[in-house]
Amino acid sequence: MRGDAKSMTVLSPRSAAEAVKAYAQAPAALPLAGGTDLMVAWNLGQWNGRAVLDLSRVAEWRTIKASAQGVLIGSLVTHSQIQAHPVLQKRFPLLVAACATVGAAQIQNRGTIGGNIANASPAGDTFPALAVYEATVRVIGPAGQRVVPIADIFAGVKKTTLKPGELIEAIFLPFVKTPTRGVFRKVGTRAAQAISKTMFAGLIWIGKDKKVTEARLSFGSLAPTVRRLHAAESFLRGRQLDPISINAAAELMTSDVSPIDDIRSTREYRLIVSRNLLVAFLKGEVK
Amino acid sequence: MSVGKNEPRRDGPAKLTGRALYLDDVPIPGCWHGVTVRSSVPHGKIKSIRYDPGFAWDECVVVTAKDIPGKNVVALIESDQPLLADGIVRHREEAIVLIAHADRATAYEAAKRVTIEYEPLPPVFDMEKSDKTFKSFLIERGDLDAGFSAADVVVEGEYRTPSQEQAYIENNAIAAYEENGILIITGSLQCPYYVLKAMKQIFNRDESKIRVIQTVTGGGFGGKEEYPSMIAGHAALLALKAGRPVKIVYDRHEDMAATTKRHPAIVRHRTGLTKDGTLVAQDIEVVMDGGAYATLSAVVLSRGTLHAAGAYECQNVRVRSKVVMTHTPPNGAFRGFGAPQTLFAVELHWEKIADQLKIDSLTLRRRNIFKLGSTTATGQRLLESVGAEECLQRTVKKSQYVSKRKAYDRWNKNPRNPTWKGIGLSVCHHGAGFTGSGEVYLASRAGIALTRSGELIVLAASTEIGQGTNTMFAQVAADALGAPVSWFSVETPDTHKVPDSGPTVASRTCMVVGGLVSRATQELKRAFEAEYGRVPQTPADLKKAAAALCAGAPARRFEVSYEKPPEVAWDDATYRGDAYGVYSYAAIVVDLEIDKLTYEVRVRKVTTAQDIGKAINPLLAKGQIIGGSTQGLGWALLEEPIFKDGVMVNSQLTNYVIPTSLDTPPFDVILVEKPYSRGPFGAKGVGELPMDIPGPAVAAAIKHATGRLIATLPQTPERIASSLT
Repeated sequence: MRGDAKSMTVLSPRSAAEAVKAYAQAPAALPLAGGTDLMVAWNLGQWNGRAVLDLSRVAEWRTIKASAQGVLIGSLVTHSQIQAHPVLQKRFPLLVAACATVGAAQIQNRGTIGGNIANASPAGDTFPALAVYEATVRVIGPAGQRVVPIADIFAGVKKTTLKPGELIEAIFLPFVKTPTRGVFRKVGTRAAQAISKTMFAGLIWIGKDKKVTEARLSFGSLAPTVRRLHAAESFLRGRQLDPISINAAAELMTSDVSPIDDIRSTREYRLIVSRNLLVAFLKGEVK
Repeated sequence: MSVGKNEPRRDGPAKLTGRALYLDDVPIPGCWHGVTVRSSVPHGKIKSIRYDPGFAWDECVVVTAKDIPGKNVVALIESDQPLLADGIVRHREEAIVLIAHADRATAYEAAKRVTIEYEPLPPVFDMEKSDKTFKSFLIERGDLDAGFSAADVVVEGEYRTPSQEQAYIENNAIAAYEENGILIITGSLQCPYYVLKAMKQIFNRDESKIRVIQTVTGGGFGGKEEYPSMIAGHAALLALKAGRPVKIVYDRHEDMAATTKRHPAIVRHRTGLTKDGTLVAQDIEVVMDGGAYATLSAVVLSRGTLHAAGAYECQNVRVRSKVVMTHTPPNGAFRGFGAPQTLFAVELHWEKIADQLKIDSLTLRRRNIFKLGSTTATGQRLLESVGAEECLQRTVKKSQYVSKRKAYDRWNKNPRNPTWKGIGLSVCHHGAGFTGSGEVYLASRAGIALTRSGELIVLAASTEIGQGTNTMFAQVAADALGAPVSWFSVETPDTHKVPDSGPTVASRTCMVVGGLVSRATQELKRAFEAEYGRVPQTPADLKKAAAALCAGAPARRFEVSYEKPPEVAWDDATYRGDAYGVYSYAAIVVDLEIDKLTYEVRVRKVTTAQDIGKAINPLLAKGQIIGGSTQGLGWALLEEPIFKDGVMVNSQLTNYVIPTSLDTPPFDVILVEKPYSRGPFGAKGVGELPMDIPGPAVAAAIKHATGRLIATLPQTPERIASSLT
């Protein structure tokens, strides 16, 4: 335990407005949401001497609100709350499935969706689902509010495009027409407490003519940030899913992802398994 | 009778409710925090040590090798490992400078303000390229050439096993202080008298001026056999220089990166068999990676060598083995102690033989397995308590191994099924107690004390590290006296209070030390009978009897020493004879399923029968078997320390993946009890046996599922994917 509480200061805003103000005055502070990533680094002593912006009292960021257009999830909503929400269960099952694979129960009870995004791990469990649902991130900062598409929020490994003083308020998920198929699959090493080696989320809409009207395909852990398979998606649009088109779509995967060898897995394995998952999804063989 | 009953665990309630305190939670008034500055190169000369002049060093105590009053050595088999590197470092994370400060965070900050400059020297990381052998062994039986001449087939194979981290729940932690001229060492450890002997040399102190006391210990698995001597030396150097208590508590990263692990091994087999599957020649070569210092490598290699031929009779055997030096942190004791490495090879090799002979590995095992009267590679005749065949039979039957093999063959032929299924088998023996003449050299002592007020206290240095020692000792003593188990308590291992019953290792605590406790209690029983007329029957009776036996003294102790069974004969020079007094036996069947898309493996069921002589406490024995097997499954499927430039780079539990409860399959455990005449109530060893063979059973099941034999652990999805593409 190398964290030194004595060396740290804690800022405790009571509202969103106070949080923004406090953060503007202490831009080097570390926003603390669920703390599940922050505490690991704290334990290693990496935050000694830093200020912590404790967001736990910002009650307005803890709620889930459904409207006619979609669902607004406050940034401090936990993975457990997402899993328990009836509208999210019905309309955004891939996100619910993803939240059920985060760490284990204790982490799901503490970890938040806003924290997950702000931490920007290449292996962030909720990102592929957020990517295929085309979520938008609502950000608040000294210059006011802005809306960032999920695809634009990540800048690299553990980096976001948030500007100094900006905090995530909420994530908005627009309703989508019920897809023909939707799948989320995380591949880790063990049954729980696993960091993913690859992660897939896919939504596909197929018309009465058996042609693909839209495909949204996303992988996590295969690049510094979550990726949509743009090349494969546009290739599939208007085509029937047959062995030739499926194979061609799978071939296009590497124009959008670039996995690496690291201490958790190998490039070779990540490519083989990701391809298997994509092909099985397009064939309708994976649930 | 208490033996054979599931008496509740003595240490259970306090651990379950959090009342049991690990060292870091034990209040020690005025205690400072010690930290360690470690080498950042795998091999090199230390050119300079610089201390940042901008730091308040006067608030700290700093220690280097020149502060050591006695020998700069962690005494073990060979005294080659320095307590603190002096002039040269031979592995990454070797301790060089120690710092203590009143505040833990400031101590860590101070460590960052030390700069060490090195002149790098070339490191060796590949055990096959090492030119320094710590130890080698040769076992020979019969005539190898004649054996191969008689063989119809010769099957060769090479098998590799990686290192493994013990991953005990509590990291290494030791505190030291001086009190009335006595150096007190207290903390998380397996072997109090090992620490005592190491301190004698480091501090040139008489044994009476050193006292080692175990605190509640969160697991060991071998990882707290030798390493606590190192930390104790460090803490004591700081404490003596500071003139106050100092504790050193590693965090997980430091513990994983710096302390001992299982020896990686390469094992090669050349095996001759006749057409009907009878073994006629086994030629086996073993290489193990010892790391930078000899530590326990010689004895790890010894056990690995003695188990290398497996639980099978073969007339012509040669085992050649060596353990070599590399520039990595020293490898050391880990549950199984060299045997899991060599048993992985000999057991998985049966699958290769089965393919060549077109005889299934179950039939091959049945044909060659140890029976009563069999002779081992060292020429030991197995004259009692040989449960290998019964373990095999009962495991095969209970697991439905034969019918499932056929059913899975059919399942795997259907390309529409989303998984491959496989079922694999392994069998082993495991020598209980120290190897060869080891128990004679140890000359362990244990006893029982009767206090004037009628307390009965078991006296042994054997530590409770989660395996159930204290409960087992009380049960053994209770039945030896013929009294209720509730009358007995077990003394905390404290070298000023308990005799040296030897280290808590080698599956010896129940069989060897439990035997001593039983004998000591029988002496007490005779004293009751002779001096009080009977064994007391009620608590009030016990008080009277105690007063009579103590005759005014505060307590009376009954101690006995180890006596070698007369029939056991061993020759260290030729490695011939009775390598162990007796062997425990196990068979295991692993039933698993592999996802065809992701190559992820789910173990669906483990069935295992283990012959441990007598289960003193069946529930605790099953706990050991399920826990040990799960640790074996972790080694088989998940765990792989990744080394880069001589240091473990996944030294955290996030990326060094051990099984969680969700990865633990349902178990069917069958206790086989073939009593051993020299063990207490017939008991043999159980601690290490379950760790031995989940690995080869998993590999055999994966081969059954996919058709590919992967001769390396762990059998990760990555390796399975590679084998299939």
